[in-house]
Amino acid sequence: MPDTTNTFDSSHTMHVDDDYDDAAGYYVDGDPIADTKAPQGPLEERWDTRQFEARIANPANRRRLSVIVVGTGLAGAAAAATLGEAGYVVKSFCYQDSPRRAHSIAAQGGINAAKNYKGDGDSVFRLFYDTIKGGDYRARESNVYRLAQVSRNIIDQCVAQGVPFAREYGGLLDNRSFGGVQVSRTFYARGQTGQQLLIGAYQALERQVAAGTVKCYSRHEMVELIVVDGRARGIIVRDLVTGEIETYFADVVVLANGGYGNVFFLSTNAMGSNVTASWRAHRKGALMANPCYTQIHPTCIPVSGSHQSKLTLMSESLRNDGRIWVPKKKADCEKNPRDIPEEDRDYYLERIYPAFGNLVPRDIASRQAKNMCDEGRGVGPEVDGVRRGVYLDFADAMERLGHDAIAEKYGNLFDMYARITGEDPYTTPMRIYPAVHYVMGGLWVDYDLQSTIPGLFVTGEANFSDHGANRLGASALMQGLADGYFVLPNTIRDYLAEGPFDKVAEDDPAVVEAQQSVQAQIDKFMNTNGTRSVDSYHRELGNIMWEYCGMERTADGLKKAIDLIRSLRDDFWRNVKVLGSAETMNQSLERAGRVADFFELGELMCIDALNRRESCGGHFRGESQTDEGEALRHDGKYAYVAAWEWTGLDEKPVLHKENLEYEFVEMKQRSYK
Amino acid sequence: MLMAVSGVLFIGFVLAHMYGNLKAFGGHDSFNEYAYHLRVIGEPLLPHEGFLWLFRIGLLAAIIVHVGCAVALWRRAGKARTVKYVVTKNKASSVSSRTMRWGGLTILVFIIWHLLNFTIVKVNPNTGDTGSAAGDPYNLLVDTFDVWWMTVIYLVALVALGMHLHHGIWSSAQTLGLTNNDRARRNAKAIGAILAIVVAGGFSLVPIFVLAGVITK
Amino acid sequence: MKLTLNIWRQADSASPGKIHNYELDEVSEDMSFLEMLDVLNEELNAKGEEPIAFDSDCREGICGMCGLMINGEAHGPEVTTTCQLHMRSFKDGDSITVEPWRADAFPVVKDLVVDRGALDRIIAQGGYISVNTGAAPDAHATPVPKDKADRAFEAAACIGCGACVAACPNGSASLFLGAKITHLGELPQGQAERDSRVVNMVGQHDHEGFGGCTNIGECTAACPKEIPLDVISRLNWDLHAALRHGK
Ligand SMILES: Cc1cc2nc3c(=O)[nH]c(=O)nc-3n(C[C@H](O)[C@H](O)[C@H](O)COP(=O)(O)OP(=O)(O)OC[C@H]3O[C@@H](n4cnc5c(N)ncnc54)[C@H](O)[C@@H]3O)c2cc1C
Ligand code: HEM
Ligand code: HEM
Ligand code: SF4
Ligand code: F3S
Ligand code: FES
Repeated sequence: MPDTTNTFDSSHTMHVDDDYDDAAGYYVDGDPIADTKAPQGPLEERWDTRQFEARIANPANRRRLSVIVVGTGLAGAAAAATLGEAGYVVKSFCYQDSPRRAHSIAAQGGINAAKNYKGDGDSVFRLFYDTIKGGDYRARESNVYRLAQVSRNIIDQCVAQGVPFAREYGGLLDNRSFGGVQVSRTFYARGQTGQQLLIGAYQALERQVAAGTVKCYSRHEMVELIVVDGRARGIIVRDLVTGEIETYFADVVVLANGGYGNVFFLSTNAMGSNVTASWRAHRKGALMANPCYTQIHPTCIPVSGSHQSKLTLMSESLRNDGRIWVPKKKADCEKNPRDIPEEDRDYYLERIYPAFGNLVPRDIASRQAKNMCDEGRGVGPEVDGVRRGVYLDFADAMERLGHDAIAEKYGNLFDMYARITGEDPYTTPMRIYPAVHYVMGGLWVDYDLQSTIPGLFVTGEANFSDHGANRLGASALMQGLADGYFVLPNTIRDYLAEGPFDKVAEDDPAVVEAQQSVQAQIDKFMNTNGTRSVDSYHRELGNIMWEYCGMERTADGLKKAIDLIRSLRDDFWRNVKVLGSAETMNQSLERAGRVADFFELGELMCIDALNRRESCGGHFRGESQTDEGEALRHDGKYAYVAAWEWTGLDEKPVLHKENLEYEFVEMKQRSYK
Repeated sequence: MLMAVSGVLFIGFVLAHMYGNLKAFGGHDSFNEYAYHLRVIGEPLLPHEGFLWLFRIGLLAAIIVHVGCAVALWRRAGKARTVKYVVTKNKASSVSSRTMRWGGLTILVFIIWHLLNFTIVKVNPNTGDTGSAAGDPYNLLVDTFDVWWMTVIYLVALVALGMHLHHGIWSSAQTLGLTNNDRARRNAKAIGAILAIVVAGGFSLVPIFVLAGVITK
Repeated sequence: MKLTLNIWRQADSASPGKIHNYELDEVSEDMSFLEMLDVLNEELNAKGEEPIAFDSDCREGICGMCGLMINGEAHGPEVTTTCQLHMRSFKDGDSITVEPWRADAFPVVKDLVVDRGALDRIIAQGGYISVNTGAAPDAHATPVPKDKADRAFEAAACIGCGACVAACPNGSASLFLGAKITHLGELPQGQAERDSRVVNMVGQHDHEGFGGCTNIGECTAACPKEIPLDVISRLNWDLHAALRHGK
């Protein structure tokens, strides 16, 4: 690992040589790609124009038009419910036992909307601007503007559904400011915003179930996409209870299967979050965009041992009052923190970034924490030989504000921390460490949210579209609901207006081939009779990804990672052990399929990261930083979306670039010094 | 809800009944006068014992409804969990709440015996006399509780009744939808506990005092 | 620490099940209960024995997917979900019995996994406010008094885990049901459908084979979100009102 503290050798920070290509030999250059659906003209009118131009499926015809929606998170449940209301025949799938349990439920902080209820100068344009800037100028202007426009309708819709947002004494909705923006535009429901929004969408979905327009298939995992004559026409799923492989056809398929942060094994995502649905679509021809853009959250509870199964996020708001430090001397790392005198503590964020101190952006806070631990100054239990944790100390705040004020503000977070770690944060400093939290990358979609496979639409975290290289806090929920309630239902009709398409024959060669490949993979797992568990592979893959494709990436590290991943993948296919039977519930088998896809995704993420020799948003290349160790973008060379085409296992992926142009905002380098 | 309404009727009845019984402290005449009075309420509008009969029919109907509901609930609960837990542990429920059915059953058995004892057959356990031979109500009462095991039967029944009420009163408030917030819930529970003690305690006084020889013929 | 685990194993809903005994050494108190089971599963896998199936997803106490009966207590001894229960709540040498939720409306799927689809079907019978997408008025059009909003929120916190059913001696889902009735019934938006909602949802509840509530109160004690008993009172009140209105 190169040293990346502020003493970094400035010779490394030079602008990239224009024809330098770290990833040469790992990929093939393809034709550029463009989003042809976004109308031109004034930004404010584009969405209206598109809605007007999008064809409408004849209402009488809708009962003959069918839609498959994979995923019941905010994006999927909202889409399925709305399409059901519109009169289409909808089938909705999720791997959990109930649609209400999708990972969206875990979101804590809130949801943004440009309502300007506080009269503090917020507007659609400001939300648009903040999102583009927050995404480090790697998102499309048209998409982001639409997102900001639609954000307002989301709040209206959710309130009408009975989502109990926080309210003021007067009975009006409350807002807070979130993630360092200057206006209060975040709507919230205590620390359970995602839950309340999802329950709202889920209830709307169940209403359609009762109305007979939507049929829900819980504990059904999509394992293959069916493409017939170049169009997405259905999916193959495994019934996770009976093990049965079932085929469902439709006129259009919507993927809303969430993010793939679990490629890192440890993340704040739900245990079952996976990339399988997206990846199978990718293998069938859908391009995968910007897979390396990963968001890492600085305030998670550290790993406590090798048994760890997931990481728990604690709200960023803790950094408002807590001070982050590590011991100056390695020898102090084992000591009780309260016995370490003030002069032996290194409040490193305050030292390096005097202007922002503990409130530097997520990626900087995360990277510096890793640097401290890599230097051997981490605290907490040693896991695999390293202490991975830094202190987040409330002693000063307790003195300044008093115990009660702190309890009032952070009480439930402190309780959660105490329950998980067994330590009392009122008396001992908390320990925190960064964790993978969100992926900005995903399947490439146009303005209509349609992928490169006609008839395959992608919404929510599963697509790449709106956050550029970094996502603002409270914007993922906004995007999921925008896509699900308002965008997709209005764009998908343009495609459906061509339908209903010819019925797919059960014995169509494409269908049979898809079924056989699914069965073959299952048979392979059941018959390998190896020695290592699925989880052990997943854990090892995650370590590789975290080490080399995590908070900081370098060309050497990424190349090494690619080699490691390939050999681990080979071993996996020869040596994995899946017991039990494929004809009943078999959780090892479920995970094996997911891990198989994570291997291939992980490799592509490394290649994508290798290609992008710049630092932007959640992607930090050691080779591209300023003298101060700040992320350095190279707009001249990398202001594009990297959309990757699958060409086969052990074949080089093809890179299609979509150029990003900024007509309405000016690109600026950020600075937090 | 039928359960709760019938339950509440019972509560009213037992309170009135207890008041009546406590007249035993007033001595022979006071008590008998009450027994007589019961029979003439509503006269001349109603025939002799008319009110009493109306009242009895009401009570009987309530018991039928109450027991009917109890049986239905019991059966539903049985069907709702046919495979039992290997280990169970109670976290919050009171003993009273979990013994409603057995408690109710005890009360039912008791009432049958009680009616034999006092109303229908009028068995005097002391003298073996039945019917009007058993003497006037007051004497019957004193004779009954002079027998220690009769007193024990009554006391056991009263414990069961107390427990039944302890849960039943709060429960009926809940079932009737009256306990819509924290405070109402706490109040209902408190009233349940107090009434249970008052009723069980109040009823117990007579048998105990008879046995102890304070109340005599 | 060292533990003896007595765990219910059942191949599928049709087969009979029984308790199996396992010994597990080196359990760290920092493990969550489910991580402890993960470790046991790794050991079983290594020995060639099929791992134990159990449900979980978020592992942070919000999705409601996890849920085990631990020594006779739904979600174990703390007021939290199974995934947030940590091994420091147990001592070295403890013997722990783990069973699936038991209710005929929650058939066992495998080992410790049950099917809680009945809860979804109850919601489908009215656990929503009928408003089509795009038809909503401005969010500030109807203010909601803070106390009502708070009460609705408290009830809306239900995660649908089913612990209330598992703990109720009658196998009743009244707490779950009451939570939804209260959540929607406290809000002005929820008034129009108030009567039909309660009647239909209760009807579905009974139809699914859940038991009737006799106000025992085990449910609320087991509820990881501490949904209070007064939601059941609200449920009854609304039900009687609806019946009076002739629904
Ligand atoms: C701890 C945490 C806190 C967060 N807090 C916030 C916040 O405060 N504000 C904010 O804006 N964002 C937040 N986020 C991000 C946000 O929650 C997610 O990005 C968003 O919810 C994703 O929604 P989704 O609908 O795209 O997918 P998900 O909610 O992830 O849903 C995925 C769905 O797809 C299904 N699925 C997946 N694969 C398959 C398959 N193969 N077959 C069938 N079904 C499948 C799943 O069953 C599930 O229903 C947070 C994220 C985390 C991890
Ligand atoms: C005749 C025999 C009786 C039986 C078998 C019986 C049984 C039961 C049962 C099973 C319950 C259900 C528990 C519940 O809903 O909370 C109940 C409730 C109740 N019982 Fe009884 N009981 C009997 C007599 C009585 C008597 C004599 C009284 C009063 C003096 C009484 C008062 C109540 C009350 C108030 C309730 C609560 C009703 C509710 O919550 O809806 N019961 N009884
Ligand atoms: C110490 C306790 C009690 C005493 C001394 C007592 C005494 C009596 C007497 C003397 C009568 C006859 C009244 C008459 O016919 O004039 C009577 C009737 C009756 N008692 Fe009690 N009782 C006691 C407790 C109870 C309890 C606990 C219950 C029920 C829960 C009960 C239920 C009844 C009923 C149903 C009748 C019949 C009323 C009628 O229809 O005439 N009693 N009791
Ligand atoms: S009421 Fe409580 S115990 Fe019941 S399902 Fe909801 S959260 Fe779980
Ligand atoms: S434990 Fe059961 S009986 Fe009612 S109060 Fe709770 S549902
Ligand atoms: S796994 Fe989500 S609540 Fe426990």
